[in-house]
Amino acid sequence: MKIIAADAVPESAGTEKTLQIPNDADLAELVASGALEGVQRVELQFPKFTDGRAYSQALLLRRRYRFAGDIRATGDVLIDQLVHMHRSGFTSAVLAPGVNADAAQRQFDRYSAFYQGDVLEPRPLFAREAA
Amino acid sequence: MYQYTDFDRQFVKLRAQQFRDQLERWQRGELTDEQLLPLRLQNGWYIQRYAPMARIAVPYGEISSLQLRTLGRIAREYDKPDPELLAHAQATQDQLEASQPGQTLPAPPLKYGYGHFTTRTNCQFNWIPITKAADVMDLLASVCMHGIQTSGNDIRNITCDAWEGIAEDGIVDCRPFAEITRQWSSLHPEFSYLPRKFKIAFNGAAEDRAAIGWYDIGLQALRNDAGEAGFTVKVGGGMGRTPIVGSVVREFLPWDQLLNYIEAIVRVYNGYGRRDNKWKARIKILVKSEGQAFIDAVEKEYRAIVDLDGAPHTITQAELDRVTSHFVVPEFKRADLPAKVDPQGQLYQRWLRQNVRGHRLPGMKTVTLSFKRPGFAPGDADADALDALAQLAEQFSASEARLTHEQNLMLPWVFESDLPALYEAARKLGLAQPNIGLLTDMISCPGGDFCSLANARSLHIAAVVTERYQDLHELFDIGPIDLHMSGCINSCGHHHSGHIGILGVDKDGKEWYQITLGGADGSQLSGPAIGGKVVGPSFTAAEVPDVIEALLDTFRSLRQSGELFIDTLRRVGHDPFKQAANAARHPKVEEAQAL
Repeated sequence: MKIIAADAVPESAGTEKTLQIPNDADLAELVASGALEGVQRVELQFPKFTDGRAYSQALLLRRRYRFAGDIRATGDVLIDQLVHMHRSGFTSAVLAPGVNADAAQRQFDRYSAFYQGDVLEPRPLFAREAA
Repeated sequence: MYQYTDFDRQFVKLRAQQFRDQLERWQRGELTDEQLLPLRLQNGWYIQRYAPMARIAVPYGEISSLQLRTLGRIAREYDKPDPELLAHAQATQDQLEASQPGQTLPAPPLKYGYGHFTTRTNCQFNWIPITKAADVMDLLASVCMHGIQTSGNDIRNITCDAWEGIAEDGIVDCRPFAEITRQWSSLHPEFSYLPRKFKIAFNGAAEDRAAIGWYDIGLQALRNDAGEAGFTVKVGGGMGRTPIVGSVVREFLPWDQLLNYIEAIVRVYNGYGRRDNKWKARIKILVKSEGQAFIDAVEKEYRAIVDLDGAPHTITQAELDRVTSHFVVPEFKRADLPAKVDPQGQLYQRWLRQNVRGHRLPGMKTVTLSFKRPGFAPGDADADALDALAQLAEQFSASEARLTHEQNLMLPWVFESDLPALYEAARKLGLAQPNIGLLTDMISCPGGDFCSLANARSLHIAAVVTERYQDLHELFDIGPIDLHMSGCINSCGHHHSGHIGILGVDKDGKEWYQITLGGADGSQLSGPAIGGKVVGPSFTAAEVPDVIEALLDTFRSLRQSGELFIDTLRRVGHDPFKQAANAARHPKVEEAQAL
């Protein structure tokens, strides 16, 4: 997962097609309308770090709608939610201003596996162990 | 009971390690209080009136002797306030009492060094300094315990009927399903920041002993005509400011679809639940406002999980078998200890009647130890009691015990022939009060003695009612009754479901109490889950015990032979009870209200 400091957001190359999806968008409608065609990056919003709607949006974009481009977390993005974001299908995150990325890597290193399936590993632990 | 695998053990240890890392970053100023808040809540750590409170999960109530001993050690070594802090806290509480002359009750002094059993089968400690929090979590992890998701806006500790797998009226043992759901919900990447807390309860017997109508999701196990297990799914129950009983959204959900269906419900809630107003954020508000549209959305999402996503969380027979194998009948042996108790003695007979229940295995019984006793708040167990419980469970119940949602502790594997010796041992510990299901077996939250959300104290009322009703003849004459008490509208004391409910409210900095009548938790005795109705303007603390007495006197004068309080109330209606309650107001208060 690409973690970007707030003051280090690269200038987007003019050719890159980015779509910002609000938290209350109807994803099924959006996909049906063709809005995702040719999109290389979707930006999802965390208006507050405690607002978890974008986790469901990212997961559905990946798992159900097979979106293969970058899914970026924006807004109130902090360290302790990055693993959840990664597991839900985010591939990049712009940290909120003032958040130091130093503590991020050890969060990713901590757990070797989780109980439930996610975007990275759709099978739950019990299905993996049985395989 | 469930035995942790290497993975489970490691997972809990890593969680403790993660929490230590978060606390250290907060102490270094890398996390603000606001940023730490949900992280510590998701590990069960609150900051209360005077000190942190740790809420330790006892998933579906099952606890071992080893774990009880560890809770005892935490009570003894860690649940200790600094003397200055305690003195300050006591002085503040004394001031609260002094500020309400004539209106309040003498309160027992603040205590420390004990665990408190809650209505959701957690165990709380009130005085552990935050600087010791990480050490306590490490200690808990060493016996496969934790505080994962005992608070926060996530899927909370899962509860069950305490008699799962041993009840005479059992249909399906829900403990394996509760454990599978616990694992699935732990550190769920998508559902850790829901609009509000989310509580799931299972009931696997004919009688609802888990109050599933009052849960965000209530799952009633049943079998179809082919004998296959499944669940009736209720959604949108909850207490709080807007008490609502859950609606059935599925009559029969096949057991293997359990996680897929819960996922659909929680995903719809995560997307559409209100986030603008804490009081309207529970799923019950969404279910109420959307009605059939909510059910349709859940069914549509569930179909998509199955048809489009490949339903990856379909529970396999192999996984159910694996988890079920942990819940086999343990190896147990008779204690065969000598007992002097007269088997025909009245006290012993009463204990057999109230505290001992039948078992699905012949020759076995379940025994509920009463944590409703004078001198202790409901559900409180000090370090010595926790150690003694560990030993009782070892001697008499295959080293297993279960917390009940009525804040008692039940021994699930007791030989009938060991009952006299167990009775004697429990009596010596002060845990053989034959009051299970009776008035003094009241449910109460810790209230304004500890909780920063509370509007009023509850423990001083519990203490006075407990004292007043110590005469067993009177207690038995009153008969089975549910008295539930909450110190605020968050309803941790389940006042909405009490036959008599007491709710603490704040008016101008003073403690007042609303009294409700006719609530039900869904048990056979209480009838289908329903919220009680308020009897009238609120009462002072000093009046509450007298109001309860007046309600009980009214019942005793109006009852027909053999009738229970709740039945008389329903037969004659609330009016005579309301009149009696209002007549019990103290004159001074009427003057005060006239001002």
